[in-house]
Amino acid sequence: MSDTVLRTIELTKLYKRRTAVDRLSIEVRRGDIFGFLGPNGAGKSTTIRMILRLAFPTAGDVELFGMSLKKARHRALAKVGAVVEKPAFYGHLSARRNLEILGGLQRPVTRRRIMEELERVGLADRAEDPVRTYSHGMNQRLGLALILLGEPEFAILDEPTTGLDPQGMKEVRELIRDLARERGVTILLSSHLLYEVELIATRMAIIHQGRLCVAGGVRELLGTGPAEVLVKTDRPEELLGFLRTREPAQAASLQGDGVLVALSPERIPELNRQLVGAGFSVHALVPRRSLETYFLNLIEGREAPPTHPSPRGGGVGGGSG
Amino acid sequence: MTRLVWFELIKTFTRWRTYIGFVAFCLIVPLIVAGLKLGGQRSFERRLLSLLQNDFVIGGNVLNGWFFGFFFMGALWVHIPVVLTIVAGDQLAGEGNAGTFRFLLTHAVSRTRIVTAKFVVTLIYTAAMVLFIGGLTLGLSLWAFGSGDLLVIRRGILVIPEQQLAFHFLAAYGLATLAMFVVSALCFFFSALTDNPIGPIIATMAVIIVSILIISLPFELFQKIRPLLFVNYFDAWQKVFDDPIPWAAIRRNAAILTGFIAAFFLMALAVFTRKDILS
Repeated sequence: MSDTVLRTIELTKLYKRRTAVDRLSIEVRRGDIFGFLGPNGAGKSTTIRMILRLAFPTAGDVELFGMSLKKARHRALAKVGAVVEKPAFYGHLSARRNLEILGGLQRPVTRRRIMEELERVGLADRAEDPVRTYSHGMNQRLGLALILLGEPEFAILDEPTTGLDPQGMKEVRELIRDLARERGVTILLSSHLLYEVELIATRMAIIHQGRLCVAGGVRELLGTGPAEVLVKTDRPEELLGFLRTREPAQAASLQGDGVLVALSPERIPELNRQLVGAGFSVHALVPRRSLETYFLNLIEGREAPPTHPSPRGGGVGGGSG
Repeated sequence: MTRLVWFELIKTFTRWRTYIGFVAFCLIVPLIVAGLKLGGQRSFERRLLSLLQNDFVIGGNVLNGWFFGFFFMGALWVHIPVVLTIVAGDQLAGEGNAGTFRFLLTHAVSRTRIVTAKFVVTLIYTAAMVLFIGGLTLGLSLWAFGSGDLLVIRRGILVIPEQQLAFHFLAAYGLATLAMFVVSALCFFFSALTDNPIGPIIATMAVIIVSILIISLPFELFQKIRPLLFVNYFDAWQKVFDDPIPWAAIRRNAAILTGFIAAFFLMALAVFTRKDILS
């Protein structure tokens, strides 16, 4: 069985003169929760639409489970479940009827199976209500129920928590984790919410202006390049002076009751040893590099992506990077 | 395919807008029948007698239910398209507008099958509407004005015996349904072009109104393009009330109307199977 669930090959989409997606090559492996990141308008939804054949690529191809969509679209997509952007159902029909129709396009689904999945997402007691009476969060959960109903091997979720309240976001994230953990579903999670990807994704790709900036493991990517560490100590002012007089001088500043030091995470133990050796009481060393700082640095060009040119991980993919 | 058609039937016939046409005609037709019963029939009679009494002896119940059933068919065929487009125009554009294609088209069902299922349901709705209007107008007219032979004033005067009328009307409703299929197919094609369900309704009605104008005006240029317009063949249903019935001409008209239906469907299919779903 192929380890690669999704591969986009030099995927390109032009709308008249505007390039929405530019030679994008990414790869999602079996078992991944793959974060697909980018600012609004970066080309995430267009890419997803091409993966699902809602839109047709101008150039390039998509392979699902090793099958080209150009040659075996129906067989490949039969293993895929997706919620693209805001879930849209037939508002005048009940949730059960919506699942019966949309989940039964390939093969009939029993009422019992539908009710099981509605139960799973917490909508069983509203199963017979028209979907137009549902809140946005309930629609999102119904979208997930539809995915669960299809028993896919690969689920594509496009901004699944957008517009939800914190409780709703937490519930949806739990459902996504369960989908991966309990049912072994590989997931592509598109989002512009960086902490969301940081929370649940194992690997990720960042695109900007239709181009792939970087792809790789979330931890590996966050572990590379400059970052910051908040050092909490008994004598922050003295620590600041100590750091500035060191050779080479360390960029640092006071922040609250600690000192923020520019330092890559792998050098934290070394700093700790030096501080203890110099007689400081180190109460805490808190890495402050987040996906958000990484993402913003990357997008704004303050940080270069890792140099290994592979869409599988740890490097730049796509023709133009 | 049967399941897809069934799902499309559920979606279509559980929407209130599907019944707008049925409700509208349920209000309009009894109103007109009541108007005829309360004096309108006499006005018809006076006009008819002024036309015929010099040459014919009129006896019996001439202005009967069959006569008004025939009258309704002639009067309403330009109004029926309006209600047909409400559903036909919504079939593809409505789903695009609502965003439901994002689910519908990602579940490994070919677009061709989905478009075909939607088209079949559009035709079912069209047939249901035409036959409902036919049944309603004829049923109410027969109830209000009784039965009798049918007097047809069309290229002369023809009296069709009462016992033959059921066949004539059935054939006429069949041909009227075929003509209305063309209207629905055109609107369905327009529906494939857009995500706004109002657009196909306006476009279809515009095409019909302009076409009727063209075939009505006796300009030489218009007469030349007349055979290219589908409305030119809409009167096929009236031919079954001729004597003898011109079956060859009816078959030709029916074949041309079928050709238009097929062409509009194939054009819708060609557009939709290549369309980017962006809504």
